[in-house]
Amino acid sequence: MMDANKVTNVVIAGLGGQGVIRAANILAETAFKSGYDVKQGEIHGMSQRGGSVTSDVRFGKKVYSPMVPVGEADYVLVLEPSQEDNNRFYLADHGLLLSIGRFLNDAADVSALDHDDTPVTARNCNVALLGVLSGHLSFDDGQWEAAIRVNLPEKAHDENIRVFHYGKTLA
Amino acid sequence: MGSKMEPRLASGNQAVAWAARHLGVSLGTGYPGTPSTEILENFSLLGGRAQWSPNEKVALEVGIGVAYGGARALVTMKHVGVNVAADPLFTVAYTGVRGGLVLVSADDPGMGSSQNEQDNRRYAKAASVMMLEPADAQEAYDFLFDAFFLSETWNLPVMFRMTTRVCHSRGIVTPRNPSPASKTPHFVRDMPSYVMIPGYARPAHRRMREKMTKIAEWNEQSDLNTLYEGDRRLGIVTSGVAFLHAREAAPYARILKLGMTYPLPIHLIRRFAASVDRCLVIEENDPYLVESLRAEGVECEGKLEMYRFDELNVARVRRIIARDASPEPARPKGKPPQLCKGCPHRIAFGVMKKMDCIISGDIGCYTLSVLPPFETHDSCVCMGASVGVGLGLRHALPDDEARRVVSVIGDSTFMHSGLTGVVEMVYNPPKTGHVIVILDNGTTAMTGMQEHPGTGRTLDHAKTNQVPAEDVCRAIGVKNVHVLERAGAFEKALRDGLAKAEPTVIILRKLCSLAAPKLKKYQLATEEET
Repeated sequence: MMDANKVTNVVIAGLGGQGVIRAANILAETAFKSGYDVKQGEIHGMSQRGGSVTSDVRFGKKVYSPMVPVGEADYVLVLEPSQEDNNRFYLADHGLLLSIGRFLNDAADVSALDHDDTPVTARNCNVALLGVLSGHLSFDDGQWEAAIRVNLPEKAHDENIRVFHYGKTLA
Repeated sequence: MGSKMEPRLASGNQAVAWAARHLGVSLGTGYPGTPSTEILENFSLLGGRAQWSPNEKVALEVGIGVAYGGARALVTMKHVGVNVAADPLFTVAYTGVRGGLVLVSADDPGMGSSQNEQDNRRYAKAASVMMLEPADAQEAYDFLFDAFFLSETWNLPVMFRMTTRVCHSRGIVTPRNPSPASKTPHFVRDMPSYVMIPGYARPAHRRMREKMTKIAEWNEQSDLNTLYEGDRRLGIVTSGVAFLHAREAAPYARILKLGMTYPLPIHLIRRFAASVDRCLVIEENDPYLVESLRAEGVECEGKLEMYRFDELNVARVRRIIARDASPEPARPKGKPPQLCKGCPHRIAFGVMKKMDCIISGDIGCYTLSVLPPFETHDSCVCMGASVGVGLGLRHALPDDEARRVVSVIGDSTFMHSGLTGVVEMVYNPPKTGHVIVILDNGTTAMTGMQEHPGTGRTLDHAKTNQVPAEDVCRAIGVKNVHVLERAGAFEKALRDGLAKAEPTVIILRKLCSLAAPKLKKYQLATEEET
């Protein structure tokens, strides 16, 4: 859980085009609106062309560096199973690796996770995983939902809010 | 990002765009380049007037003209872009400006998306141009106000050095009240100031250096530099994002954070160094501060040479403080980027690999062809170098090898600095001829789908005059210009071109597969306009 005086470090990892940065934007917005200082960092550019992408989100009373120090991540969220091993080094001893593959029925292919009322797809699995993360943090659901609305087009709001809550049940 | 005056999360680039709006910047110019690109895009989205120029030199020259006219100009580029713009930069330092002129140099320590990690603080010193270095998004916002204030107070240009982690990191930004320029643009004839013939340039150089002396004095008291009290056993002199890492790595230390790194407040630094037991300079890349301090006789300690490479982070700063020279733990390798599925470049590189071409390459997505499965890029130096380097290879190599040399360049890079290479090819043709392949995917893809003169659309995707590459090549005097809309025709065209002892240009025109839906929408919209 979150300690207000300590900086909470989250790394979101995946491949270019998977919505890593979008997920980081939603988390950062949620922390910001919940009254925390926030820093968010990422590298884009060449890495967008299907290569490994990470985005760091740090929040607390006061945050300096925008980069999560190696070995100090409280949570590493992985949107693509192949990206688990190369991002494990970010984790603190107490840290949790939340991987899409493990949390959603251990399936490597997210399309296999479709469910009648909560279809988790390649497009929204980033938000589903934020739902999983939300179970470990103490932000209000209202702030999460507001941040999802700010960061996604209107037609995607309902679907993403549904998969967010579905993710939360898996936490 | 709206313009409501409430704090919000913003990247450094967005913060600069926001500040530029609040400062009433009259025109933003630049050429796309990671990590600088989003500044002008956001400035335009916020209602500012922004333009992509064909290259950074032109962008700076247009900005200089705006500032000569008495208006505010913001010019943006990545670090290597400043090399292209260096010619006007060194002389606008002499002429000065009437309106505010701020040049953003977005450096890329660690080369997230660049061909080198040059440190552009050296440019500020070499050209004698003031330099500000924000550390985060809030400072990027605030310092832009200072930059225009300084530019207009001293009638000199200001360099604004950001780095990848400042440009692309988001933080909370609290805006200020808008502070538009007070002058109305109009022309003032002043030949001795603006016409740099030697007779006018000699006094201009002295005038500029006299101003620099006064600015250095001003900087001694400036609130751009901040002292953080702490344990005097460790004093740290730092600037930019390195400050954030240092503050976190050593919260107990006494820190002098420099906001203006040229000209330096040397007396302030000297007093600081004398006030601590150990004065350590924490800076990314080159030992710019260490060298400057030592030249002034300030005793200080720099980082070990191994930390000159790549960007800094909290862990590396801890190691610098501990003088740790042990090898750094290797980062696990991620998946490298590659040409997208369905990318039209794939077909072209497949053909050139099959034909065993020697590829003098260039800067763009297509540089990724150097990686598996293609491994078909034989050189990549700088924007536009494909043409010149290819011609040089043709001149030097034995004929059988020379005939395999092809210059490969993208459509935006061609407009940036390929044109003069074509002039060279026509003027000094190699005896085996030469082939330039323009991979025209209709956009500046690598930096995130920006427009350029060849697309016929402006920065905000509105219709404008188009500069077709084929027309330019024919006008320059290339007799063999082939425009292919089908990739299937490429192999034959290339074979024919290589067999001729004449200059040939082959343009393979296929839309970027990633951008195609968007590009088609822009095309339709501009067709409806006419």
